Amino acid sequence: MAEPYAIEVKDVSMHFNMNKEKLENLKEYFIKFMKRDLRYEKFAALEDISFQIAKGDVFGIVGLNGSGKSTLLKVISGILKPTTGSVITRGQIAPLIELGAGFDMELTARENIFLNGSVLGYSKKYMQERFDQIVEFSEMQDFLDTPMKNYSSGMVARVGFAIATMTIPDILIVDEILAVGDFRFQEKCENRIREMLEGDTTVLIVSHSIDQIERLCKHCLWLEHGHIKMIGETEEVCNAYKKG
Amino acid sequence: MALKNILITFRRYCPLLWNLASRDFTLKYRRSFLGIAWSILNPLLMMLVLTQVFGLLLKIQVENFPVYYIVGSSMWTFFSEATNLSMSSIMGASTLIKKVYVPKYIFPLEKCLFALENFIFSLIAVVIVMLFQRFVPPATALLFFIPVLYCFVFSVGIGLILSALAVFFRDVVHLYSIVLTIWMYITPIIYPIEVVQDSALIYGIIQCNPMYYYVGYFRDLLMYNTIPDLRFNLICIAFSLGALALGLLVFKKTQDKFILHI
Repeated sequence: MAEPYAIEVKDVSMHFNMNKEKLENLKEYFIKFMKRDLRYEKFAALEDISFQIAKGDVFGIVGLNGSGKSTLLKVISGILKPTTGSVITRGQIAPLIELGAGFDMELTARENIFLNGSVLGYSKKYMQERFDQIVEFSEMQDFLDTPMKNYSSGMVARVGFAIATMTIPDILIVDEILAVGDFRFQEKCENRIREMLEGDTTVLIVSHSIDQIERLCKHCLWLEHGHIKMIGETEEVCNAYKKG
Repeated sequence: MALKNILITFRRYCPLLWNLASRDFTLKYRRSFLGIAWSILNPLLMMLVLTQVFGLLLKIQVENFPVYYIVGSSMWTFFSEATNLSMSSIMGASTLIKKVYVPKYIFPLEKCLFALENFIFSLIAVVIVMLFQRFVPPATALLFFIPVLYCFVFSVGIGLILSALAVFFRDVVHLYSIVLTIWMYITPIIYPIEVVQDSALIYGIIQCNPMYYYVGYFRDLLMYNTIPDLRFNLICIAFSLGALALGLLVFKKTQDKFILHI
């Protein structure tokens, strides 16, 4: 295929050492180390995951709690380094893993917009050009100079979503975020995601709302206990998942 | 090629570095009545207390003692603040590190920059003390940025080591405050080096202390119209680059595991 994949996940496994007891103390660690008593329990959050996502695809990930969905997103966005295997992404990623990640609640929304922009790697000038657009989308005009600790979670999410989607990124990662905010804002977000789809953006969505996945996604992946249970067209996977 | 990539990423995250530093700065003084003036008042008041105690009670004989003290202590405060803040920087940024990919060295580096900002303000206090003492600094004072740069690089190195260690062992935080206290007393800040010349052991220890060189360099320029010789400069550079290299190594080896411990 001439068009390369936007995301390629190759044989990714992610293991965590689950300490039997939490050692955060130098003395304890040293004693255990000397006794060779450092016991770990291996926990495989992801096991041999391989798949590709084509450019411009909308890809959903479904699965029960603890099946490894969020871990997979973190591996793809580069936050976690996989134990084995590799992930190749082509293009700029705007992660939405939990909105409001880069916010400092002591600062005002105005200050946070610039801070968060730089967390995502945008320059100040770039942010200034898009400032009005962000404010308008989030509908926070009246609260711009209020510290964000006084915001409700829905308000924080609005600002976060507005920043993450202010430009058309190459890859957008959405993790459960549409669950916050009222229905009107959810609608607005979905419309915005659809707008992106008309462009070349590749979107990756994790959600417990099967409806949402069915509405938005073309392809789907079903994770179970860190393994791929099923991958393919959304309809097939979702039907199996619902039965499942 | 790899180096080029590192530089490109660094450039991309430069605005973040500045934004974080200015955030720390705004938050430090938000809601305080005197605001930024504290940056200058703080070292001044400390100087008043300490010069009174050490000058009157212990009868330390140094010419221009207030100037001698504040020049040395501003450099020391810079170092101790930079390393102390760096140490908890990774833990403090845990929410960010867990959710977005950001090069992690940004956080200790930002704290060092923030400490540098504060240091520059404390220089105003140094000038005020000089005016008050009618002390005219020599022309060599214009070169003051050289020891500051050395000390900055050294602080970044130590800060990287501490920030990585503190993620795995929280004890480091408590231990380091004691280390800092000892370190301060083996750096000639409130006493002149001549005081300890009789004891070969203590004198030897001080000679191994990088901060002794940076503080000494700073004083030579600001007070004694001397530019330290090449050997002195090489010692300073060796300490700075050594600390930086060690810091980068420790940090690079451990940074992928941070996320599992914060």
